Amino acid sequence: MAVITFREALRQALDEEMARDEKVILLGEEVAQYNGAYKVSQGLLEKYGSLRVIDTPISEEGFTGLGVGAALAGLRPVVEWMTLNFSLQAVDQVYNNAAKMLYMSGGQLNVPIVFRGPNGPAEFLGSQHSQALQSLYCHCPGLKVMAPSTPADAKGMLKTAIRDDNPVIFLEAELMYGWKGEVPETEHLIPFGKADIKKTGKSVTIAGFSKPVKMILEAADLLEKDGIEAEVIDLRSLRPLDEETIYQSVRKTNRCVVVDEAWPYASVGSHVAWLISRNCFDYLDAPVELVTLEDVPMPYNHHLELSAQPSVKKVIDAVKRATYTM
Amino acid sequence: MIDRSNEKYPKEFMLNLLKKMILIRRFEELAAQMYGLQKIGGFCHLYIGQEATGVGAVEAVDLSTDYIYTAYRDHGLAIACGMDINSLMAELFGKATGCSKGKGGSMHFFDKSKHFMGGNGIVGAHIPLAAGSALAIRNSKSNGVVLCFFGDGAIHQGTFHESLNMAKIWNLPVLYICENNQYGMGTDFRRVSAVEDFTIMGASYGIEGKQVNGMDVLTVYEVVSEEVARIRKEKLPGFLEIKTYRYKGHSMSDPAKYRTRQELESYRIQDPIIILKSKMVDAGFLSEQEYETIDSTIKAQCKDAVTFAEESPEPVLEMLYQDVLV
Amino acid sequence: MADKILMLALSPTMETGTIAHWNKHEGDNVSSGDVLCEVETDKATMDYESTVEGKLIKIVAQEGSSVKVGDLIAIAGKDGEDVTSLLTKPVASKREKEKNVSEPVKKKEGEYEMPHEQRQDGRRIKVSPLAREIATRNGVDLNRIEGSGPQGRIVKNDVEQAIEQKSTPVSSLAPALIAGGGESRKIPLTEKRKAIARRLSESMFTAPHYYMTVSVGVDTLLDARKKVNAHRESKISMNAFLIKLLAEVLRKHPAMLSSWNGDSIVQYGSVDIAIAVAQKDGLITPVIRNCESKGILAIDIELKELVTKARGNKLLPEEYTGCSFTISNLGSYGIRQFTAIINPPASAILAVGEIFKEVVFDENDEEMARSTMLLTLSCDHRVIDGAVAALFAADLKTCMEDPMAVLL
Repeated sequence: MAVITFREALRQALDEEMARDEKVILLGEEVAQYNGAYKVSQGLLEKYGSLRVIDTPISEEGFTGLGVGAALAGLRPVVEWMTLNFSLQAVDQVYNNAAKMLYMSGGQLNVPIVFRGPNGPAEFLGSQHSQALQSLYCHCPGLKVMAPSTPADAKGMLKTAIRDDNPVIFLEAELMYGWKGEVPETEHLIPFGKADIKKTGKSVTIAGFSKPVKMILEAADLLEKDGIEAEVIDLRSLRPLDEETIYQSVRKTNRCVVVDEAWPYASVGSHVAWLISRNCFDYLDAPVELVTLEDVPMPYNHHLELSAQPSVKKVIDAVKRATYTM
Repeated sequence: MIDRSNEKYPKEFMLNLLKKMILIRRFEELAAQMYGLQKIGGFCHLYIGQEATGVGAVEAVDLSTDYIYTAYRDHGLAIACGMDINSLMAELFGKATGCSKGKGGSMHFFDKSKHFMGGNGIVGAHIPLAAGSALAIRNSKSNGVVLCFFGDGAIHQGTFHESLNMAKIWNLPVLYICENNQYGMGTDFRRVSAVEDFTIMGASYGIEGKQVNGMDVLTVYEVVSEEVARIRKEKLPGFLEIKTYRYKGHSMSDPAKYRTRQELESYRIQDPIIILKSKMVDAGFLSEQEYETIDSTIKAQCKDAVTFAEESPEPVLEMLYQDVLV
Repeated sequence: MADKILMLALSPTMETGTIAHWNKHEGDNVSSGDVLCEVETDKATMDYESTVEGKLIKIVAQEGSSVKVGDLIAIAGKDGEDVTSLLTKPVASKREKEKNVSEPVKKKEGEYEMPHEQRQDGRRIKVSPLAREIATRNGVDLNRIEGSGPQGRIVKNDVEQAIEQKSTPVSSLAPALIAGGGESRKIPLTEKRKAIARRLSESMFTAPHYYMTVSVGVDTLLDARKKVNAHRESKISMNAFLIKLLAEVLRKHPAMLSSWNGDSIVQYGSVDIAIAVAQKDGLITPVIRNCESKGILAIDIELKELVTKARGNKLLPEEYTGCSFTISNLGSYGIRQFTAIINPPASAILAVGEIFKEVVFDENDEEMARSTMLLTLSCDHRVIDGAVAALFAADLKTCMEDPMAVLL
């Protein structure tokens, strides 16, 4: 297997799907001539031309809705949001059109579209550019949501997302684009609703997704030295969620820590914690712990912004609370 | 000026337009009555007074290649597109036989096979969708055109401005039709618009527009036909402001106290049905007796639609969870 | 064809409206959209626009009258039309307020009981759900455990330690063994022991038991048995007589042959009597089926076969399951009287004591010696009421004291 970056894995997925199906188009700010703000779409304009790789004006609501309309008339658009923060300008199009069209037309009109872009905090970006918005998109029925944590998953999941006949929100992260990993060179597809057990263990389950998975694995290594064997689950597909894999693990370990880099209130993390308390009640030996972004807007100061986010130490502390080893 | 001597059109053509307008009128009168009898709930925005716009415009397109988008005041355009009034009345009643299986309601009529794309409840939210479908037409090299209807209220939404800009820069085959019925809910459009002539707004995106008398169905038909032909040929977007008037309140709970009875009466004497009817009578195409027969046949048809809706089954409970995703 | 003009809901919440003013009058022409009248709603005075065309023939609701939504207010039609039929017919119905709309199917929520256990000193017991579950499964009393978790929460580890201590008893849970000071040993459970424990606990703790004892004079029965056995090599057992008599009486009291079935009671059509047989490592209850249609001799032969098989652990499942009544006889151990736990699926069990001599008074109040047996019936009150069992017990006494009565 070749070792490539997360960015390159996404580019390969786009390239392969655009080559496979001429209905797949890519549109967004700076995706064509500039090769993408994060260079994910490098070279695609030259290969597929300006009818299929389209630079849009800075009109998030407009081009997001345009993507939905194109999907309604037979195309399979991939809409790149330069960051998920800007998608807040377009959220009406996602909630009210992409997610609702099939239902309110009584099953007549489906919307095969992918909205993708970097989500969550990077560094030094301040309050408006550092938001993790998975809670918002996972909240809405009619959408599917994916959040890969490795280059291999990024490629396999993006290809699945593009082939799906439903609207899919595909969450990446600015700091992940340079991460490297092995990616299969053969056709590689990862289905919806399938979590990945990154590490097995019997003392505690740690569930997370996207960028924090790497940090969770680091925490698990350190915990191992203290004799705590953590089982690490990468949720990957947030909607639909692979509930069964989580339950099986918690029934074995009797303790769980959920990590989510979004705010805690009404989040994916709090929802997963509720599901566990609801479905594994008699198997729990301790309350489910939640490690999230602090409940504040992101500050600019680096020390403060790091303190606000989940960290290896926060994960370890949560595990110790859950295992009564504090 | 366009030559509008009645001899230009065969009797059957004019009769067809007349019947469609009467059908919309009688359908909605009955819908209003059923709303008053609480058979229909929620929002119900009537098109009465605006029939010439929808009927004249739809007559000018070919629904096998072209698409229609509109907002929540959608009954008239749905009927103009040839949707079965039984399925429409059933939809208003929330029945399983409704065009959207009872899950859409008054604001969400759809017919994929007739390219009637709804039925959108958020002011201005469908305007980018129309541009997207036009993009799909452009990419597929078809000769189709998208008609996008919206009101004088929606023209101030960002979606309108973002969409016109994109339609122009990408040469999208879409005709924007502002149905200026002069009130955005209870607000006279002159109170909230920087310009009284909306073609100025189209022009600011390099799209030449026209103002059209929307009380005369033949005028609407002719102007839209010309525009559609030009768009098919030049592959450039168009803009029309069709001046019309709604006789009823914004929705069923609106007593329309913001306008005078005199103003309403001044439009009722230039009623689109009366105008076409007198033209046909003058041309010897129609007698009073024939008109009566047509009217009572249509009335009976509408009553049958009510019976159909009344007798149709409620959606089964399983449908609650259907059509959320494909 | 004339049209009915009905009161419409002119505001979303309006249920009745008052006609404030008629703008049109009988005989006026009306067209669709004309204001017919003004209606005071719960919110405002609204124009009522006509949806019909023609002549206003009849105004039904006069100014000032209050009209329910859906009721007739006027009739329009062609000049001179007869509208009397419209006036007499019942008008269109209002929306049925309580439409027959079923609730969305909700998954059945497990009902969680708030734990209310308190320690003897009144403190609430804090325990993790898992620890509670393990404790319940192993019969561990949470009261005796101090939790090691936050705020004294009892966690899995605490319960597991308690279980270990229980099996090597040093705690107050096994006082007798401490008193003796001898070495105790841990006996692993056999599957049979587990099954006995489970079945009988389930019976004892789900079926509400009650008991009644009847004293039976058995001299006549003993005499009869003696005569029958006088010339027999293989003697017919007392149990065979007992089973036969019991079967005859049970046949007349079918309510005694029943099972609690959750949402129904099953009444069995045959008298299948189980009898408890002690084994080295437990006990088992072989079943003699269709006792009502078998003679004493046949019952005796079958009983002996089954008992032999039972003691050698050779019974087949169909030979020890599915009874409709049970007997447990501890008379041979010198037990005078005891109560037994019902053996499911039956709802009653008869505990048979020893035969002993006692002095009783005869009908002339004179003392006489009598051979007596005490029979104690345990019944499941969900299935068999006290009076039903009492009638059965009385009948059984009569039949055993005078076996000829069975022939009646």
